[in-house]
Amino acid sequence: MSLPKISLVRRTEDVPKWMPLVTTLGAVLLAFVIGGIILKSIGANPFYIYGYFFKGAFGSLGSFSDVMVKASPLILIGLGCSLAFRMRLWNIGAEGQFFMGAFFASLVPLVPLVPMETTPKIVVLTLMGFLGMIGGALYGFIPGYLKAKFNINEIIVTLMLNYIVVFWNNYWIFGKWSDSGFQMTKTFPKAAWLPRLADLAGQYKVFSGITLHAGVLFGLLAALIVHIILNNSNWGYMINLIGDNPRAARYAGADIAKNTILVFMLSGALAGLAGMVEVSGVVHRLQERISTSYGFSGVIVAWLAKLNPWAVIVVSILFGALIVASREIQPSGISFLLQGIILFLVISSDVLLKYKFQLTRSAKVKDEVAA
Amino acid sequence: MMNFSEILRSGLSTGTILLFAAIGEIITERSGIQNLGVEGMMLFGAMAAFKASYMTGNVWIGLLVAIIAGGILSLAHALVTIHFQADQTVSGLSLTFLGTGLALVIGEGLTGMTTATVPNLTIPLLSKIPFIGQVFFSNLNLLVYIGYLTIPIAWYFINKTKPGLDMRAVGENPAAADTLGVNVYATRYLYTFVGGCMAGLAGATISVAVSPGWYSHLTTSGQGWIAVALVIFSHWNPTRAALGGYLFGMLRRFTLDLQGPAMLLGMRNPFFYNHNLVFFLQMVPYALTIVALLWGSSAARRKRIGAPASLGIPYSRGERGV
Repeated sequence: MSLPKISLVRRTEDVPKWMPLVTTLGAVLLAFVIGGIILKSIGANPFYIYGYFFKGAFGSLGSFSDVMVKASPLILIGLGCSLAFRMRLWNIGAEGQFFMGAFFASLVPLVPLVPMETTPKIVVLTLMGFLGMIGGALYGFIPGYLKAKFNINEIIVTLMLNYIVVFWNNYWIFGKWSDSGFQMTKTFPKAAWLPRLADLAGQYKVFSGITLHAGVLFGLLAALIVHIILNNSNWGYMINLIGDNPRAARYAGADIAKNTILVFMLSGALAGLAGMVEVSGVVHRLQERISTSYGFSGVIVAWLAKLNPWAVIVVSILFGALIVASREIQPSGISFLLQGIILFLVISSDVLLKYKFQLTRSAKVKDEVAA
Repeated sequence: MMNFSEILRSGLSTGTILLFAAIGEIITERSGIQNLGVEGMMLFGAMAAFKASYMTGNVWIGLLVAIIAGGILSLAHALVTIHFQADQTVSGLSLTFLGTGLALVIGEGLTGMTTATVPNLTIPLLSKIPFIGQVFFSNLNLLVYIGYLTIPIAWYFINKTKPGLDMRAVGENPAAADTLGVNVYATRYLYTFVGGCMAGLAGATISVAVSPGWYSHLTTSGQGWIAVALVIFSHWNPTRAALGGYLFGMLRRFTLDLQGPAMLLGMRNPFFYNHNLVFFLQMVPYALTIVALLWGSSAARRKRIGAPASLGIPYSRGERGV
């Protein structure tokens, strides 16, 4: 039996710069092909659905603005996840930190923490953003502390916290803050709304009905900050070093416990800010369903972007499109399905960066040795 | 009013779900592969069992389809992590997405349907034992009894058989196992598959036995993740995992029962009078999972038990010594 055998051989040379991009794009393309086959096999028409995706996402200024609205929280969450993943901290709790951020930000108009009629909008919004980040950071502190002090698996802790915060928010939404028995709070006063392009419709006719809000700027600013932290600061150097080689980092004098907690808190703060952006920019109230699994999609975004802050923005826009388009498509699981397939193929495609495929003809010799 | 034996019986039923999933994951992890996709495989299995029973009218076919469905899904994780050496954490997460997506897409339109379910049984002689017979052996779901049997079988397999020894060797030191002639790749594929099958069965235990029906992603509502936590809490020991699963099941029932009576221990029951406080009760299982992990990890450090030494590390033949 000496059939030619395909084997993997580890690359010794560096791959060309274009290759990671090409393999990732190839993987995404292949994901749509496989997704199409699955859709076809259950009796749906993949061409119609994909065409609908594209039209529904990029067909008009209005729909593209919807895409950017969905991308805004994804950018912030994706950045937070990228930061944590650089240190190989598996923060799967962005969903929970997002909800906690939304809760803390909502305290400002709902308690209210400042008189809503007289305080300038800029003060209200700054306070909300600040509190949103604190909420997310506190919720990120828990898994960070447990990981640093007791080496507790952060994946499980963050996941459990995701469930807990939903009940916590529900306690307020269904109870004290319920809007006359409905499962949502009252609409926030206008001072707590992030400015939208539609607000400018008086001057510029094209903007009428455009829901894009200022939250997207937070995402761009955050990308710049995360980029600077990771590439131009000592702290970023430490984060990367701890992630790549914790032993070497320890010899270099890194305080791994302290950095674990800090990175988790910063990661949580970004997700918390995303929560503030969503309640203040989109729904204008606190309610149970403010996230369409942004926290989990953020994990995929970070990974697809290969933990690069600028790539996070691009991938978030693509995922925003996926979310917008899948709103109107049945069955509703399609967007999950595609996200799962995309992520699977992207991590599989990494094998091409590490290994070469080689045909070995003399499998016989090897077999004899093994026997 | 609350009845301890009822809580216990309910814990045995719902605990069986966690038992199957956790023991399956223990077997996978003992061979060195961490599969965090349990939630996705369970949801896929739950949907497969329900849909197959609904279409054929035969619940046994449903169970079989669920087991195969969970197993096949796990092979995606096996291929990506064993052959392509991808990160096991990320691959497990993608598997959760994939399983959830597949379950929601294929399970579209099943909500609200009813189907045949796994029957309840009373064990002839054992049910006659006072109290114990009533609680453990009468009028319980067939899968609960299969769960009982799974515990000693899994324990015996892992600790007392040659294949079990090989499996542990591959999880602890794959290079050494390889030199002794154990096929590391095949072993890991096999036990990842077994873990997937059991996750599929766990899903089926929900949808066609313990709480029949298809409620889209709420069908599992995070139990797959609790199962993963149980694996760590149990120190990769199937007996402890099973007991933990039963305890969780009892806890769920207890928090439900707590809402019923107007008076509790001679006091006004706050959960009865203010229904919003129930949200805090619903947090309890998830919060307790974290506490259990904390407890489990400190016990593990004291007794120096850890995860399988090569858990999560890809093995590449001839490339490195460890």
